[in-house]
Amino acid sequence: MMMTSSSNPIPVVTGVIVEEDIRFTLEDLSRACDADHAQLIVLVEEGVLEPGGSGPQDWLFSGASLRRARAALRMGRDLQLGVEGTALVLDLLDQIEDLRAQLRRLGVQNL
Amino acid sequence: MEFKDYYATLGLQSTATQDEIKRAYRKLARRYHPDLSKEADAEARFKDLAEAYEALNDPQRRTAYDEARARPQRAPMPDFGGDHGFDPNEGMNHSDFFESLFGKATRGASSQRRRRATAEDHHARILIDLEDAYHGARRTISLQDRQLEVNIPKGVREGQHLRLAGQGLSGEPGGPVGDLYLEVGFKPHAHYRVDGRDLYLDLPIAPWEAALGATATVPTPGGPVQLTVPAGSSSGRKLRLKGRGLPGDPPGHLYAVVGITVPPADTPASTQAYEALARTFPHFNPRSVLEA
Repeated sequence: MMMTSSSNPIPVVTGVIVEEDIRFTLEDLSRACDADHAQLIVLVEEGVLEPGGSGPQDWLFSGASLRRARAALRMGRDLQLGVEGTALVLDLLDQIEDLRAQLRRLGVQNL
Repeated sequence: MEFKDYYATLGLQSTATQDEIKRAYRKLARRYHPDLSKEADAEARFKDLAEAYEALNDPQRRTAYDEARARPQRAPMPDFGGDHGFDPNEGMNHSDFFESLFGKATRGASSQRRRRATAEDHHARILIDLEDAYHGARRTISLQDRQLEVNIPKGVREGQHLRLAGQGLSGEPGGPVGDLYLEVGFKPHAHYRVDGRDLYLDLPIAPWEAALGATATVPTPGGPVQLTVPAGSSSGRKLRLKGRGLPGDPPGHLYAVVGITVPPADTPASTQAYEALARTFPHFNPRSVLEA
């Protein structure tokens, strides 16, 4: 993936779109979020994250789980929220995002 | 180095109780948390809040801070210099002022995390132009210790993440390296609003173009196209340019939203033209929808 050309000393790397081309195992996601397995398992139990697969060993998380998991962990930490509160906030944020998208379609800029 | 007034940051007097400090922090944190707030400076404000809370919530730190605050010259501390720029340990870095008082202590929340000896993944943001997402692009990003040229894939959408394999930091010297994640943001665009892969553009047209129809040259990220505005297009009509949004499978569309721009009646001739129009439509009532 990394190619360095002689005329250009800065390494060139190609970005892969996480939301489209990547699935995470529990360990992958844990590393990407700098979180323990246990913290992510709690989020799955609360329905914040919905991996495919029957148990933690073979869970596969969608690429979009990265944003959701990080937001959940950040808010849980910074706002001292319990996981139920975090789940509720994330659902409300999804609703706000849908409303913002509607407003953008109707011509409101900068949302 | 500027002395930071942590009490002012939390909107408190220095006599505040520990409970008041906690309450003030929580209230302001809910308001300025970057995940909740769209205010432009939310991230910086939240960082200040978190640091103020970290200093004042711990009674020992608070005592040390209060003592420093009470000294006649408030900043007898060494100056460590300016901004350190990008920090891959986002959210964990303190101001120089904080570190001069309390040392390079880890923030409470982060020290609770398991210290990972293995590879670490890291996060940063990249702001790109919509055209970069349309065509694909190569952009230079500056990290704390190095620069990278990043190939931005065609069709990336706002809010998505790019994974740069093997560009994270290693947990320990010589250890395995993790990945770097870049969250993609779009710079505001002069013409387009973005909704996923769809683009919206306001298309101003003249009253006679709205009535009689017209062909308008419309910018698209792939270059200008000729768009047929059908006769009888009132303001708000959406004209779809199929597949002219951001690329993907399926590609997005570009919607031109018609808006009628009225030329001023500022000469006798233009006034007469409008008056003639009014006489031509004696029964036209644009507000009939309001009468029911």
